[in-house]
Amino acid sequence: MNEQITRHEYIQELAILQQRVSAMGNASAEAIKKAMQALIEKNKPLAQQVMDEDDRIDDMIVEIENRCLLLIAKQQPIAHDLRIIATGFKISTDIERIGDHAFDIARTTLELPEGATDTQEHFRFIITLADCATKMLETAIHSYETADITLAEQVCRQDEEMDRQFAQAFQECSPLMSKGAAGVRLGTQLLFIAHFLERIGDHAVNIAEWVIYLETAERIRKAKK
Amino acid sequence: MEYKLQIKNMNFFYGKSQALYDINLDVPKNSIMAFIGPSGCGKSTFLKSLNRMNDLIEGTRVEGELLLDGNDIYAADTDVVELRQHVGMVFQRPNPFPMSIYDNIAYGCRIHGTRQKKLLDEIVEKSLHRAALWDEVKDRLTAPATGLSGGQQQRLCIARTLAVEPEVLLMDEPCSALDPISTMKIEELVSELKVLYTIVMVTHNMQQAARVSDYTAFFLNGKLVECASTDTIFTKPQHKQTEDYITGRFG
Repeated sequence: MNEQITRHEYIQELAILQQRVSAMGNASAEAIKKAMQALIEKNKPLAQQVMDEDDRIDDMIVEIENRCLLLIAKQQPIAHDLRIIATGFKISTDIERIGDHAFDIARTTLELPEGATDTQEHFRFIITLADCATKMLETAIHSYETADITLAEQVCRQDEEMDRQFAQAFQECSPLMSKGAAGVRLGTQLLFIAHFLERIGDHAVNIAEWVIYLETAERIRKAKK
Repeated sequence: MEYKLQIKNMNFFYGKSQALYDINLDVPKNSIMAFIGPSGCGKSTFLKSLNRMNDLIEGTRVEGELLLDGNDIYAADTDVVELRQHVGMVFQRPNPFPMSIYDNIAYGCRIHGTRQKKLLDEIVEKSLHRAALWDEVKDRLTAPATGLSGGQQQRLCIARTLAVEPEVLLMDEPCSALDPISTMKIEELVSELKVLYTIVMVTHNMQQAARVSDYTAFFLNGKLVECASTDTIFTKPQHKQTEDYITGRFG
């Protein structure tokens, strides 16, 4: 067999698809960071910017889906190529949800009661959760970019830590709930944010599981919550 | 699992030139196996050795064991005509004889001694039914076979092969000269026929192998690189060479 590489355009299209998925993942990680910054600094214009920029992430998924569909229609992908496309669909869906959660965090920031004095103290656990979620997402995206299964497996293991942090968040919020209506409102909103971050961690685990499938063709069993 | 064909340590030579190296392969009964690989990799040579078509080429030599139902195809006492009755072959280009549709189908049976008109009528009808051609030709059985379309001619050739009641059907790129609709008809037909026959098909069409076959064998440079269920070959091949070939990485 003449060992000459063929199908240059097809191979290039697959590479571009992976770059787009990766770019979308990085955009969503950036959105979370900005949303958290807006929350901590009570920076409402920045929160609004995060909400506005979510449209860009939504546009990215449409472009990725179109690329996937065209490749299927025109190139009859199989084996690893097909898995690039299948995981392109799945991972971009998870990333899109992550973008939605960044949007949700930003919107909650806009709705936080004005002049709440003791929120900084209660942001501590939110910040810990956000650090954990962002790290998981960035590691998952990096594992996708570098086809590194070890990194992907690391993300799957971090899910337990994330769940532990989330349980901790409930306890941390209890004192707020006993401080009247304003406390209940603030506590509820912080718990919502904690929940959004916990969901981001779950989506990062999904991405990591798809990376493992992409590189090994093996589906790993999803842990039951 | 019951195997119709078993090939053990097979080597094949055209004179001094070796074309196949140490082939070991089992073909399960009532299954469809596709042979894929680049031109010159030995898959057609291998296919033809299964009913000793290569005997017709001077200077060829086979080593190893090729078993049909456990019986050595290359044993000294094997009747080659009888072998080819059991192991029929359909070629790349439809090759109907220059005679009527009816006579094309009856030809093999007549050679094997069937003369009774009523019996021949039954065989012709049954074979054409099995080849999914009966409805299209039943009113013009005496018309020349060469007047049929390419796809119909190929189904006629399949019917002609089926008429002598083979057990194995060898198909050497049976759709390569056909249009997409005729190709789909042949593919559907092949899928139906596996209930009755064991089918081995050489194809250059990767999607055809994926659509039609139960097992796929990948040949390269005279060697069998990998043989596994078609689901495995097309989703998770063991060898990089197989993946490179099926995904079109090499020309």
